Amino acid sequence: MEFKIERVAELARLNLKSEEKQKLEKDLGAILDYVKKLEALDTKGVEPTSHVLNMENVFRADEVKPSDAAEKALEHAPHADGRFFKVPKIVHRD
Amino acid sequence: MTDLCSLTLKEAIEFAKKDGAQPLLEAFQKRATALNPKINAFLRFGAAPINKREIPGLLQGVPVSIKDNICIDGREVTCASKILAGHVPPYNATVIEKLKSAGATLFGQCNMDEFAFGSSCETSAFGACRNPWDLERVPGGSSGGSAASVAADMTLAALGSDTGGSIRQPAALCGVVGVKPTYGRVSRYGLIAFGSSFDQIGPITKTVEDAAILMNILCGHDPKDSTSSPERVPDFTQSLKRDLKGLRIGLPKEYFIEGIDPEIEKSVRAAADLYKKLGAEIKSISLPHTEHSVAVYYIVAVAEASSNLGRFDGVEYGLRVPTKDLREMYFETRDQGFGQEAKRRILLGTFVLSAGYYEAYYLKGQKVRTLIRQDFEKAFKEVDVILSPTSPTAAFKIGEKVADPIAMYLSDIFTIPANLAGIPAMSVPCGFTSGGLPIGMQLMARPFDESAMLRAAYAFEQETGIYKKKPKL
Repeated sequence: MEFKIERVAELARLNLKSEEKQKLEKDLGAILDYVKKLEALDTKGVEPTSHVLNMENVFRADEVKPSDAAEKALEHAPHADGRFFKVPKIVHRD
Repeated sequence: MTDLCSLTLKEAIEFAKKDGAQPLLEAFQKRATALNPKINAFLRFGAAPINKREIPGLLQGVPVSIKDNICIDGREVTCASKILAGHVPPYNATVIEKLKSAGATLFGQCNMDEFAFGSSCETSAFGACRNPWDLERVPGGSSGGSAASVAADMTLAALGSDTGGSIRQPAALCGVVGVKPTYGRVSRYGLIAFGSSFDQIGPITKTVEDAAILMNILCGHDPKDSTSSPERVPDFTQSLKRDLKGLRIGLPKEYFIEGIDPEIEKSVRAAADLYKKLGAEIKSISLPHTEHSVAVYYIVAVAEASSNLGRFDGVEYGLRVPTKDLREMYFETRDQGFGQEAKRRILLGTFVLSAGYYEAYYLKGQKVRTLIRQDFEKAFKEVDVILSPTSPTAAFKIGEKVADPIAMYLSDIFTIPANLAGIPAMSVPCGFTSGGLPIGMQLMARPFDESAMLRAAYAFEQETGIYKKKPKL
């Protein structure tokens, strides 16, 4: 199986505890084996379905409307400073 | 005086017109306070007293409960996950606006599988919900709290959401009615996303008529959801007729397979016989790609889920684990915030979308999804409604399937295809096992033809009266 749990967890920005890693790796291996049975189906010339409604692009008028969404969103931020979300340091100085 | 909690939504509206909604609120407050410690259907419940005699709107102030993945302005919403605990959304979902304008009082916020990932309500970070018919068994999932609260008369009706069966399967396991509308029928604005090309909000109720009443309120185009459909919404209560002459009902042979509980098969076949007596035509049909549904779903839906859950990173809302730098904050917050099933699906979805595997898994899944849609298109040339079991088994024991994710996923084998095809589907109680557990049957219909399945469901329900039986609590 080409599934490497450390690599995928890194992509998903997810730390895993060592005790859960083994179980998850086993589960995911079994699930991928299960979904592999799709390989046997011939899908040559079949269009993929990304959306079930036969709707084209949906447009609306580009109008300015009053909104207090930004202020309200900041009220429940884990850490805000004025009009900004505050986060820990991104780059450390050596 | 009859027990107010046992009323149907329709009866409660009639009651409130005469005597106001306050006695109903008090009765539900009392019953929920007594039962919730046993059942754990609500994560939170309660409503401010209604002093006004008359509430404008069809619903007259009667209480309705909401799955805890639908945003209500100013009330905590968690998706039953630690990563959102304490989060208070600053706006109402469109369905909440619609319920409020129709005069509903928002009562309970219902327990669920974490982020709607599950078929048993056991993955909730705030404790499993239990089945009112047998407290040692699961209520189904993911809208387990919604279905259990309706079955236990803790609320008149509830909203659920359905991505792969999350309204219908718990409705079947709890002996209530659950409707998944056509994809695009109900606005998803304010529903915390799981699988955006599958998710639909729908009602869980005691009767088919109650479901039709709520469908009238919930459905319709919403400019805030670009995937909501402009299709005209009929008056669904007009489809509730007991006459079934001319209705063609299909029985798909792929839904009566090995592994299905014989009592369930017997009960659904008996329903088909009854339909024949009521004047419907019963036809055997084939949906040949059914067996691949679960595999397609666990590629495409988890891919969408892993992408949707990328937003839970500790920056803007919900949990933030303090760390020395930003990168570590993402990893630690997501590790501590998400439960096992959420992690499993995020990892699986990330993998099937990753470079080198995208075509073999994700694109292949989308192509097989097309084949499954085409199965239904063909079938609906011959029949108007498709009848099947909702779930291959009745409610299973708490803990029974937790260790085996594939066994858990297969409990949705009959409900997933409707989500893959975007068609409407519902579960209606159709009997009981010898052990006294509810059995549900599923009705599926053409896109935007909810009326046909509601008509079939209503005729069956009125003929059998199964909905009148209640769990002993």
